Amino acid sequence: MENQRDPSGKTPGQGPLLSLINKIKALVKTIFSSSFKIGLVYFAAGLVPALIIGWLFFPALLYSKQTQPMNFNHALHMDPEIVSEIQGDTETERCLYCHSFRNDGTFTGIPEIGVCSECHKDDDFPLGESEEEELLINEYVTNKREIPWLSYSRQPDCVYFSHIAHIELGKLECTTCHGNRGKNQVLPAYEKNRISGYSRNIWGKKISGLKKDTWDSMKMDDCAACHKEKGHEENNACFTCHK
Amino acid sequence: MEKREGHDNKYGMVIDLDKCTGCGTCMVACAAENNVTVRADESDKERSIAWMQLYKIDNGRPFPDTEVCYFPRPCMHCDEDGRGGHHSPCVSVCVATATELDPHTGIVSQIYARCIGCRYCQAACPYHARYFNWWDGYSSFKPFSKGMERSLSPEVSPRMRGVIEKCTFCHHRLMRAKTKAYAENRRDLREYEYITACTEACPARAITFGDLNNPDHMVSRLIKNKNTFRLLEKLNTQPKVYYISSKEWVRKLADNYLPDQIKPVSGNDI
Ligand code: HEC
Ligand code: HEC
Ligand code: HEC
Ligand code: HEC
Ligand code: HEC
Repeated sequence: MENQRDPSGKTPGQGPLLSLINKIKALVKTIFSSSFKIGLVYFAAGLVPALIIGWLFFPALLYSKQTQPMNFNHALHMDPEIVSEIQGDTETERCLYCHSFRNDGTFTGIPEIGVCSECHKDDDFPLGESEEEELLINEYVTNKREIPWLSYSRQPDCVYFSHIAHIELGKLECTTCHGNRGKNQVLPAYEKNRISGYSRNIWGKKISGLKKDTWDSMKMDDCAACHKEKGHEENNACFTCHK
Repeated sequence: MEKREGHDNKYGMVIDLDKCTGCGTCMVACAAENNVTVRADESDKERSIAWMQLYKIDNGRPFPDTEVCYFPRPCMHCDEDGRGGHHSPCVSVCVATATELDPHTGIVSQIYARCIGCRYCQAACPYHARYFNWWDGYSSFKPFSKGMERSLSPEVSPRMRGVIEKCTFCHHRLMRAKTKAYAENRRDLREYEYITACTEACPARAITFGDLNNPDHMVSRLIKNKNTFRLLEKLNTQPKVYYISSKEWVRKLADNYLPDQIKPVSGNDI
């Protein structure tokens, strides 16, 4: 295009390339002009609060915090010095004392009150002096009431998950997906997404969605990524995880 | 994608129409098993959802030559034709990848959360096996429905308004059977360990369910019967639901032949 001649014989005033360079020059000029700097200040004045709202206030607004009905101390129950009944060669085996599989392979999940009352059965002779235990016995064990635990890792309704496939076949540790939940002394607050109703553990605590540990989040992508990594891509058909 | 020789398993169903009495137990069992919703007024049957539908056909002759046959119709779980390209009609039209032909089981899935409700698949399905939710199931007719969600099975996710649903060959029962097998330290399922709710419920034992890829399974033996046919076979949709009838007029009607078109069009011509 540049070497195209004007029919009148004169050289054209400005080629498109030249005009582009001039435009860039003009742009650089305006950037350093005072009016543009003011504009930049206004822009930042809009962007920064927007980021603060989006990254700090919105997550706080999005998730409602609920407390569990009572505290449960995993570390205490996993300590063989205090609770000698819970035994096993591996840590997983000891977890399975409470979080067991039924004969048909289904996972019991959070244990029922019957498991607790194997040890915490008598209100006259409690195992310790703590108020929590008193609450457990008086409120739930004697009344044969289930403790209404809030489940942190519960997936949406449409998701099918099988613990036995991951633990017996996949030989995975509980920690891989649940982190240090088996070592907690105090239960964290349960955070529920106000829009979807799902627990925050699915998306993860990090609002950016970036993952450092394997248990940081348990979204569809996280499931699929591990299946791919472990060479079980056959489990990435929709109807494996959905029902 | 490399050409697949077939599925690992290919679950299929054989329905013996000679045994079917049309009692409708399969429909009821299916609806209860799969959380199929009901409306406050179910008298308009055109709008009812029935994953397993029961049709009644007759030979069109006047009395005393009239003959009647009942036709239970689940989803046919149409398959590839083995020559590449041709799928289940619904899968090939779905714009949202909400329905898939599972390469390991041959089951056509339906992911309600993914469905955008365009109803293209419903139009594509030659068997009318797909149903659209015009209303929110169990939550839509409060207070009549109060507490009704407690009757739902947790193994099947309930559907919301605006999505398509269909028979899944009781896929959750496959997962249930697998879970049990894993607990017993095996990976393969025995015959009849995984059967659909309609199969289990049929009082006439007209329905047989099993793996069509396994020559030892009853279904594989039954489909060798000379009276075995499939619905609209000429469309080349390769249904995995087979029917058996000793009556010729039933077999002919199943393929909707025109009066002068007796021979089925072979798959190659399409
Ligand atoms: C195998 C026996 C055993 C089982 C089963 C068991 N516990 Fe305990 N639990 C103990 C022992 C031992 C203590 C320690 C008592 C102490 O010294 O304070 C304890 C302490 C407690 C305490 C008080 C801890 C604290 O923070 O001070 C609570 C609460 C408690 N258990 C709840 C439960 C619940 C809920 C279950 C059912 C899921 C359960 N336990 C099942 C043995 C058991
Ligand atoms: C004494 C019985 C007991 C033992 C042993 C036990 N747990 Fe728990 N676990 C509970 C109870 C009760 C809860 C419910 C309260 C809570 O959320 O912590 C629970 C909850 C959990 C949860 C949270 C589930 C959710 O989504 O809300 C995880 C994860 C978990 N346990 C993992 C473990 C692991 C890992 C071990 C072994 C290191 C273990 N547990 C051993 C009783 C037990
Ligand atoms: C592959 C990842 C993975 C592993 C490994 C794993 N879990 Fe889970 N766990 C999950 C998921 C996902 C859920 C949510 C399941 C659901 O919603 O149906 C869950 C749910 C739970 C729950 C709560 C169940 C409920 O009723 O909501 C408990 C308790 C639990 N797991 C304990 C354990 C224990 C104990 C182990 C180790 C023996 C373990 N998990 C190993 C992923 C895992
Ligand atoms: C840390 C790795 C890991 C994560 C995370 C994981 N899986 Fe898996 N999953 C596996 C492995 C490995 C297997 C295969 C076990 C086998 O067949 O040997 C498996 C198998 C399964 C199966 C069993 C399929 C069958 O044949 O019965 C289901 C269902 C499943 N995963 C669902 C999920 C879901 C849903 C999630 C996310 C919530 C998830 N998985 C997260 C590793 C993982
Ligand atoms: C490896 C397991 C796995 C597979 C395979 C899988 N999903 Fe999911 N899917 C999940 C889990 C877990 C969730 C819930 C967490 C989330 O929202 O990410 C989910 C959520 C979804 C949702 C959002 C539902 C909601 O209510 O938030 C849709 C839509 C969905 N999946 C569609 C699909 C489709 C379509 C396929 C097949 C192409 C598929 N999924 C395959 C595990 C899986």
